[in-house]
Amino acid sequence: MLSASKNLLSGTCLRPAASAKRTFSSVVDFWADVEEAPRDPILGVTEKFLADPNPNKINLGVGAYRDDDGNPVVLDCVREAEKRIMGSKFMEYLPMGGFKEFCDHSLKLAYGETNPLVTGNKIAAVQSLSGTGSCRLMADFMHKFKPGAKVYITVPTWSNHHNIWGDARVEKETFRYYKPETRGLDFDGMMEDIAAAEGGSFFLLHACAHNPTGVDPTADQWREISKLMREKGHFPFFDMAYQGFASGDCVRDAQAIEIFLSDGHMVGCSQSYAKNMGLYGQRIGCFSLTCNNEQEKIAVESQMKRIARATYSNPPLHGALLVSTVLGDPELKALWYKEVKGMADRIISMRTALRNNLESISGDSWQHVTDQIGMFCFSGMTSEHVDALYEKSIYMTSNGRISMAGVTTKNVETLAKAMHEVTSA
Amino acid sequence: MPMAQRVLHSARGQGSRPMPASVGTCRRSSARHFLARTVAAQGSRFETVEQAPPDPILGVTQAFRADEDDRKLNLGVGAYRNDDLQPVVLDVVRKAELRVVEQKNNKEYLPIDGFAPFNKVSAELMFGADSELLASGKIVTLQSLSGTGSLRVGAAFVNRFFPGAKVYIPNPSWGNHKNIFADAGVDVAQYKYFDPETIGLDFSGMMADLESAPEGSVVILHACAHNPTGIDPTVEQWKEVLEICQRKGFLPFFDSAYQGFASGDLITDAFAVRMFADAGLEMLVSQSYAKNLGLYGERVGALHCVAKDEGNAKRALSQLKRLARALYSNPPTTGARIVAEVVGDPELFEEWKGEMMGMAGRIKEVRQQLVDCLKQKSPNRSWDFITDQIGMFSYTGMSNAQVENMTNKHHVYMTKDGRISLAGLSSGKVEYLANAIVDSFDNC
Repeated sequence: MLSASKNLLSGTCLRPAASAKRTFSSVVDFWADVEEAPRDPILGVTEKFLADPNPNKINLGVGAYRDDDGNPVVLDCVREAEKRIMGSKFMEYLPMGGFKEFCDHSLKLAYGETNPLVTGNKIAAVQSLSGTGSCRLMADFMHKFKPGAKVYITVPTWSNHHNIWGDARVEKETFRYYKPETRGLDFDGMMEDIAAAEGGSFFLLHACAHNPTGVDPTADQWREISKLMREKGHFPFFDMAYQGFASGDCVRDAQAIEIFLSDGHMVGCSQSYAKNMGLYGQRIGCFSLTCNNEQEKIAVESQMKRIARATYSNPPLHGALLVSTVLGDPELKALWYKEVKGMADRIISMRTALRNNLESISGDSWQHVTDQIGMFCFSGMTSEHVDALYEKSIYMTSNGRISMAGVTTKNVETLAKAMHEVTSA
Repeated sequence: MPMAQRVLHSARGQGSRPMPASVGTCRRSSARHFLARTVAAQGSRFETVEQAPPDPILGVTQAFRADEDDRKLNLGVGAYRNDDLQPVVLDVVRKAELRVVEQKNNKEYLPIDGFAPFNKVSAELMFGADSELLASGKIVTLQSLSGTGSLRVGAAFVNRFFPGAKVYIPNPSWGNHKNIFADAGVDVAQYKYFDPETIGLDFSGMMADLESAPEGSVVILHACAHNPTGIDPTVEQWKEVLEICQRKGFLPFFDSAYQGFASGDLITDAFAVRMFADAGLEMLVSQSYAKNLGLYGERVGALHCVAKDEGNAKRALSQLKRLARALYSNPPTTGARIVAEVVGDPELFEEWKGEMMGMAGRIKEVRQQLVDCLKQKSPNRSWDFITDQIGMFSYTGMSNAQVENMTNKHHVYMTKDGRISLAGLSSGKVEYLANAIVDSFDNC
């Protein structure tokens, strides 16, 4: 058995040990060399939280919205949509590219209803498995059609970006983004790295509400980034997981895409409805690539579908119906705009409360808490600070990222006190 | 040109000079070359992206939809239809859906490995609720995106942990098997399966090919109701397949997409999987609820990993989760909740068994009707192969030209390999189909 096991990971031809051949009922031990995978850094935090018996525990781990009572929320517009699609006779396979009406709505949302690319049918798009699925389709598409190209990823970023592009066998590089000293954007570093990258590289940009830092470029900075990328012939791929969630305004949150398009870029976009419509578990998103003409769009879309076919065949139905129902009804859509703004506003008010509490306790500036935007606050705390907070039943990822959605009027003081204690120790 | 072909042929992109193959070679000039074209907004990175051919199975439905002829018949994709050729949402699913709605669940992320109650009932359905393997923790389950998704995670696992291992797929098989493994970076090989002479199983060919496969290879086995042929090994033949898997240290990877559709009985149809598991083999099993619970569009299934002991199983699960994380993070909730209700509730489960027998029964009946009709119209040909085959499909053995005739002349849509889905045939269309088949065999 041993020699079989040792060979399993070495890439050589698999041969069970000689002893295995002699026994009729012997079982080759396939999994012996499979090591335990490291806990997923984000989802692992939730596991720790769930295991903690302390009734006053605080979960600032995964980026799922909570109301001021710390409860998950199903939006009213979604509840209404559920009612309308209930009892539907349709449980058939969607096409490989998903529900077309859903894709049409998504493109209008991301690119603007009157955008000539949208009205001119020049955007290749498929329904996808939320943000992860969209990014993976992009990565697989790159691997297949741009095998020489590298993807440039911000430092830091959502950790799963590295898993996705790595598993898709795309060469990865990083570029500077966050400046710990200022807890803000390292704009100069970023521009340097963009300039130094080989022409034609692919850049993974967070359209708004950068995860995990909450630090976004200003509109002017986006314009400069766009200009430089045009000069270098780089390709911008936007991961947009928080449209509407960042500022409360869907149009404003997509402004980076608009800026790039007006500069003549071809772009790609991953859209997720997990957060902004609260459809986390439905796994609903859209992957799109702008094209030069309709024929190209057809060809590109056909290849997206081919990749999807070998991954999951066709995407799940339920979430697509929900989103389409909401976005397709002017009243429901208006309600949604209101609700997503409500979520964004609560988070902004928690940022203010946390900052005020911290500054009054510590006497130091915690300005970055309100400068940053979106679900996350990159507190600047170290992993040692974070470990100390685990002892106080406060849970966040080890990079010091706080999910502001987990902060409530009831726990903000406790949180501020604890943060001050561990950082001034 | 017939409508179908107009749809299947798509306009190619404008001809263009190929892009530099790699920005890495002749870096500066190709970058500038690239630059110049992009800045001028005339070139596109994707110009050389060719139109993908239509999917051989799902493309058929596309073509069918585009056909405006009243007589058209869709025998392409294996999706069940009632005798009015309407899609069916099972009663148990309706009931389960109502219950799920009443629970007022939130829409939070499921864990990476999915909905625990779903995983539990799915493993029990596949391996038996009283299975010692389940009780001892030797089986781990990952909720996944129906059959395709299960196979893809399994393929990714093979690629990562058994580099160099090939996957052996029966010839013929579901067309998407090779896509899944190839995209996951696993080399694909075939083993003989279908014998066109006998229109039956080429068992000696199968065993010979498995014998010459390298030890430790992955072997795809259709748990029941082989797709597309409808030909399954006998119990004795399964025992021999088991023996060779043990002796050669193969990793069996069962694809179970039709549990309930072969014999009509959910438990009977799991016997091959259970035989292998109970023999102590480590293996992977892909389980789909697309057909047997009619949950096609909800993409619900499970990947089971059977390991020698609990420790191995747990570690394997941790890695399956890691692979799933980079594909889709966590699976969709809706389908899993419905399945958990149906399979986990004794009453609903009994009801489901009844509906399953109903679906399988209708298919058996329409098979018989088709054979009877064909015998009447063309008594000199042998048609028994149709009733010898089981499951949703019949593998007709038609040539490409005959299949084209079926579609172009008779508006009968089927896959190019000669497979027809009897789930899409109504008793009202039996004669029409029989005429088309006879015409195609006689005149093409």
